[in-house]
Amino acid sequence: MSDLLRLLLLQDANTRTVLIGASLLGLASGIIGSFAVLRRRALVGDAVSHAALPGICLAYFVVGDKSFAAFLGGALVFGLLGVLVIAFVRRHTRIKEDAAIGIVLGSFFGLGIVLKRFIQNQPGGNRAGLDTFIFGKAASMVTQDAALIAAVAGLIIVAVAALFKELRLLCFDREFAGSQGWPVLRLDLTLMGLIAVCTVVGLPAVGVVLMAALLITPGVAARFWTDRLSTMVVLGGAFGLFSGLLGTALSAVLPGPANALSRGQPTGPMIALSAGAVFLISLLAAPRRGVVAELQRRRRLRARIALQNLLRDLHESSETGHAPTGSLPVGAIRAFRSWSETALDRAIRRASARGLVRYSLDRLELSEAGRAEAARIVRAHRLWELYLIDQAGIAPDHVDRDADEIEHYLPRDVLERLEARLTSERHGSAPEFVPASPHPLAMPGGKA
Amino acid sequence: MIPGALDAGELWVMATAVVCAVACALPGCYLVLRRMSLLGDAISHAVLPGLAVAFVLTGTREVIWMLVGALGAGLLTSLLTTALHRWGRVPEDAAMGVVFSLFFAVGVIIVNAVARQVDLDPRCVLYGLIEFVSLDTVSVAGIQVPRSFVWLAILLGANVLCIVVFYKELKLVSFDPALATAMGFSAAGVHYGLMTQVAATTVVSFESVGSILVVAMLIAPGATAHLLTDRLGRMLGLAALLAASAGVIGYLLALRWNTSVAGMMAVVSGVEFAAAVLLAPRYGFLSKMLHQAVLAARIRRQDILGMLYRWHERSTRDARPLGYAEVRAAIGGSWLTRLALASLLRRGLVVRHGGGALMLSPAGRAAAQSLVRSHRLWESYLARHLGLPPDHLHEASERMEHFITPSLQARLGEELPIGADPHGRPIPPPIEKGDSGAVA
Repeated sequence: MSDLLRLLLLQDANTRTVLIGASLLGLASGIIGSFAVLRRRALVGDAVSHAALPGICLAYFVVGDKSFAAFLGGALVFGLLGVLVIAFVRRHTRIKEDAAIGIVLGSFFGLGIVLKRFIQNQPGGNRAGLDTFIFGKAASMVTQDAALIAAVAGLIIVAVAALFKELRLLCFDREFAGSQGWPVLRLDLTLMGLIAVCTVVGLPAVGVVLMAALLITPGVAARFWTDRLSTMVVLGGAFGLFSGLLGTALSAVLPGPANALSRGQPTGPMIALSAGAVFLISLLAAPRRGVVAELQRRRRLRARIALQNLLRDLHESSETGHAPTGSLPVGAIRAFRSWSETALDRAIRRASARGLVRYSLDRLELSEAGRAEAARIVRAHRLWELYLIDQAGIAPDHVDRDADEIEHYLPRDVLERLEARLTSERHGSAPEFVPASPHPLAMPGGKA
Repeated sequence: MIPGALDAGELWVMATAVVCAVACALPGCYLVLRRMSLLGDAISHAVLPGLAVAFVLTGTREVIWMLVGALGAGLLTSLLTTALHRWGRVPEDAAMGVVFSLFFAVGVIIVNAVARQVDLDPRCVLYGLIEFVSLDTVSVAGIQVPRSFVWLAILLGANVLCIVVFYKELKLVSFDPALATAMGFSAAGVHYGLMTQVAATTVVSFESVGSILVVAMLIAPGATAHLLTDRLGRMLGLAALLAASAGVIGYLLALRWNTSVAGMMAVVSGVEFAAAVLLAPRYGFLSKMLHQAVLAARIRRQDILGMLYRWHERSTRDARPLGYAEVRAAIGGSWLTRLALASLLRRGLVVRHGGGALMLSPAGRAAAQSLVRSHRLWESYLARHLGLPPDHLHEASERMEHFITPSLQARLGEELPIGADPHGRPIPPPIEKGDSGAVA
């Protein structure tokens, strides 16, 4: 508990630095990653982080273990080289982008491993620094590293703000931008360059593989909440920042592995998991695009369809003279459409709640309002059937289902307008007119 | 460095490398064709938690459980990716990235948690331990064979068997999944079968080449082969050959320079791919540039002929002949124009008279006449059948005239039995068959 308190009060200087660095890294990655996701370049970050390895090793050969800046420089050079190779292969060969990314990723990383082994073979070859780049070691972040991350974050925010219009068009309608004379290729390379810079700067903190998590996940999570690019980018940055914060906090505060010398969980994975948690919540709970909202929409649609089908069945049964007293036993209704008992039950309850049917003694009959509504539904259905037979040339015994789909899935105002047109074209007469069914009704006594 | 100079242990390592590479390359061809290359990447990263969970649950480092755990993780990755893509409407590559990076994070946490108890170094998961395969052998028919080799050989056999047995289905589903479904094949079934194959391949191979380098072995040979041929059967064969050579060369170089075998194999595959990108006969970058240069030269030659023809048409009496300078000014001077003119002179289509004047030879006139006829017929066609206004015709015809074959010209002539183009210029008559069939 005291750990948590210390953390919350930001008393530990080291933790403070890591918190700030990780949050800013999350912010930068979330922002630029949103564009990457939209441009279908989500995995370019992964390729860049793998391609950086040979650059880091070469920097080690040149300047030794001394200069961290040299490592980053080497990483950036090779990361950008990887990006250029991918762009070249995509543009000038018939190999598609995904294969290009995979080849660059694998072969550059292979080169890095080869070079790394050379370093290991040398006497005194210290590879601890190199391992940091593969797995990340955020806990060893110092003020200069955090400052560098802050600088990159600033660069990305400024670049995105300045180029927002161009990037937006690039993401959504590249051909149009090109036809308007915008330098599409250069914009694309700028975007990938920013991804590369962000990736490289994040490698020491989060490691090669998890940098992809930080680039992609906040952007994808943000997408669930909005359709507007500006909102998505801001949200992506916010989610990234939050993941950095939460991940670092958790990694400092959670108990470490048993018998371990160091406290806490590794920071990189915890940041990735925090981003994942944000993603999961977005996936489920987002108001329009979320899974829960989608399921609710479907449930409502199914209920509406069931209600309409029930009313139609009652109407058609009165047409075929099946219900001389005007009411029907529930069991008979169930047979019309092979309703399941629960589904029919629910439909009946819904209909009664709206005053459309009267249910007593296990018999069901339409109320006044119900008769009118049922007539409207059946008229719409029949009109569509006639339309399909006339205009689409569909055989009469095939139209029932097709008309079903149209009438249930079209919005009501569209339906009304179309029905008004059909009515005046076909029958000119009163809108309450219900045409006869062009095919035998699927119930006993239902021969046309 | 020749194979004969290697001892038994080294030969086994090389053999293992070759078998691993070929086993990966075969299903990888289908990944390249179906644009699913990164699924191999995703699965190879995502197996880490599978290994870790297998260890935690079984408490041992038995290879079979590691493989089961990894395979489970691989399948779960591909299932979750598909689910996210289909129901979450997340773009496919983003879905993969989200899933595999999260899996990897979970894997690192678990491995970190149990790292004390077991000797599971995450690094070897990344780049494999093929150099040490000879240390762990089993006895097969009396010979000591590395266990990895046995597993990989079985994997290779299984992959080859699957591809042979399901050759038609895989081919159809890879190129036209809608047709496959319409014909009654289960495209989804084949898809998941392929994914299982990739997951199994990744998992069995990671021990040798590590989970990240397996991506190169899956994709690079197939992509290289794709640049060299259009036929699926040949692509598979070529990929196998390229993979085997990457295994052999990679191993020998790694041995020579005392470095990672897996890394070297990946580098060699990458180099093979780069060579194909540049030098492949039909799809290589250099050969495409060559084709474009040849085409550009032909177009330039024809442009010069056309220009000379029109000049003579316009100024019949006061025929001030054109010199090179005027041609260059009109068409655009560059080495290409100079080259084209030299070629025309050499072929005798253009002759140089006194004072540097350029004139068409009879053969040249015939060729130019045909070209201009094509141009003006096309203008007429565009005006009549597409209703384009007169100022829209010239540019399009300028481009099209070079590609109108004699048979197309004859058809156009039949369609448009008129004397003049929409600008009022006469359409030259077709050249007789007797004329020299000189082609510019």
